[in-house]
Amino acid sequence: MGRGKRDRIVAILMLLPSIILLAIFVYYFIGSNVLTSLTDSNVVQRLSQQPANYVGMQNYESLFTGTLNGRFRIDIINTIFFTVLFIAACLSIGLLLAVLLDQKIKGEAIFRTIFLFPMALSFVVTGVIWKWLFNPSNGINVLPTFIGLPPIDFDWFISQERWFEFNWQDFPVIVSIVIAAIIFAVGVYFLYKQRTPTAYYIIGFALLMSVWILLGGAASLNGLARQETHGFNLALFALVVAATWQMSGYTMAMYLAGLRGIPEELREAARVDGAGELGVYRYVVMPMLAPITLSAIIILGHISLKIFDLVFVMGGGDNLFIDMPGINMYFTTFRGQEFGVGAAIATIMLVMVATVIIPYLVSSLRTEEVNS
Amino acid sequence: MTAVSTSAPVSPSHAARNRRLVTLLIYIVLILFALFYLLPVFLVLITSFKSTENVSLSRMWELPSTVSLQSFEVAFNELRSGLLNSVALVIPGTLFSSFLGSINGYVLSKWRFPGANIIFPLMLFGMFIPYQSILIPLAEFLRSVCVVPGTGGAACEMTLFGNLLGLILTHVVYGLPITTLIFRNYYMEVPDEMLEAGAIDGAGFFGLYRHIVLPISLPGFVVVIIWQFTQIWNEFLFSVTIAQNSPTVTVALQNLSGSQIVQWNVQMAAAFLAAIPTLLVYVLLGRYFIRGLLAGSIKG
Repeated sequence: MGRGKRDRIVAILMLLPSIILLAIFVYYFIGSNVLTSLTDSNVVQRLSQQPANYVGMQNYESLFTGTLNGRFRIDIINTIFFTVLFIAACLSIGLLLAVLLDQKIKGEAIFRTIFLFPMALSFVVTGVIWKWLFNPSNGINVLPTFIGLPPIDFDWFISQERWFEFNWQDFPVIVSIVIAAIIFAVGVYFLYKQRTPTAYYIIGFALLMSVWILLGGAASLNGLARQETHGFNLALFALVVAATWQMSGYTMAMYLAGLRGIPEELREAARVDGAGELGVYRYVVMPMLAPITLSAIIILGHISLKIFDLVFVMGGGDNLFIDMPGINMYFTTFRGQEFGVGAAIATIMLVMVATVIIPYLVSSLRTEEVNS
Repeated sequence: MTAVSTSAPVSPSHAARNRRLVTLLIYIVLILFALFYLLPVFLVLITSFKSTENVSLSRMWELPSTVSLQSFEVAFNELRSGLLNSVALVIPGTLFSSFLGSINGYVLSKWRFPGANIIFPLMLFGMFIPYQSILIPLAEFLRSVCVVPGTGGAACEMTLFGNLLGLILTHVVYGLPITTLIFRNYYMEVPDEMLEAGAIDGAGFFGLYRHIVLPISLPGFVVVIIWQFTQIWNEFLFSVTIAQNSPTVTVALQNLSGSQIVQWNVQMAAAFLAAIPTLLVYVLLGRYFIRGLLAGSIKG
């Protein structure tokens, strides 16, 4: 390009304020938060202007193993169940609606507008409205009676029922088994797809991990002295319904954009080859939507890992059956004034989100470079 | 394609009837889902138009016998300062972050420099982090910046903490990744030749921006402004932690819904009022809203 060197310097100077602001507000603050999480910073020191003491990993340890921090372990379990259900619901509803709208339907624009409008609302508004809809005695529970059916018998977000109960002391083993199984499945998938040596390495790693679990390696990670029962709190269904109501239109929009990007000639070619309408979807459309599914999982996943507003409105910080790390962090820090512990929860949240987001950012920008 | 149909050929009229049946089924499913999405809207409308003496939980699903604006009146009075604060927040927050995003996108798409491939993803990461992970240092930082020096013995009369100033700054900074991303992708589509022509005519960095880039930026600005407006209006975590003295509309709504003494028809009316601005934008400019939405999934 024939543009001057001086202008190039001007360009960089114009970007510089944003870079500096983000460097401070994102990276410096993250670093500072991590440092706070390694101290016992609390309200007494703040008021008396005393420096906080360095306590190493103590805050993290007590979150996972301290008798008083059972709330955080509930949050972790809740996050896992909520994330899985929320993503599954959004993906299936989003895909179904997108495929249906793709059938050259009359009034498509109206349906699309209806399915997507909750995205324009605040989670606070959603929470306030659904809180009333979930009212056990008069809310959506009575809707079936209008067509002569018995009412729904479920307490939604104030339900105290629990499924799949397990002891937290077994948690490291359960998680390790799940991770090993996933790695194994990925390995088998690669083996089936392309027979590269990488597939054997992945399977080998999964087997090695299984041996480690069998030898008691995972069990030794438990640090909790006493038995502590956790499980899937059914109250989470209320959060899943409300959050899916709000976000499934987003997945629909992503899939719909993907469907519109598939050239009609490709489908036509499949039809000429003798594929029926279902075959066209099975062999042409679905494979092309796979990358969208991955993007959607990551976007929805990072939203559910940091969910805050909806739970705040519905549970107010007191309802542990739907509690989440984001809520716990807020109340620990700004009500309880335990800055060290709050910072530790925040750091764990960041690590969870970063493991999902960083590979996505890297791969997504890399493919962009290849394409351009 | 192995899915060759081996069944006996069906008569055309039979096929046509099948297709009609499938179409009917599709409509039924779509309408059922539409009812699910509209159910909360229905509840809000029938409840907020009921008068206070007409409201009881046991008659939640009944239509109002007479249309009353009473609950809107009460709700508006409760939300008034929250609405005003949100307006005062959302205008500067949206404009500053959009303008900076436009400049950043222009630099990153048309003035590629060594290291840009590293800086851009580092900037983008800022829009995915859970804001809890920067909240404690952010609050401390805002407290440490003195805006109005204290008189007499007081060290500082007003800092950036607790009011809209700090909240505006916060939204501008954390809005930068998405606004930069949208504008960068938008300007990527502008052919370099257009700028080359301007450069030959002697235009520099600002000249090219002012005379070539800015005039074609309107659609980009519409997408970004809508996106930022919606995000800032709906945001809750920052508002509730760093601007308690100037509660925004979401905080005011949450306070209302958390209080035991407020009638629930008022709460519904308040939720409706808080949602109106972003809903209007969505209904009137939905196309651009969806573009911003999809830009958030990076590749769009």
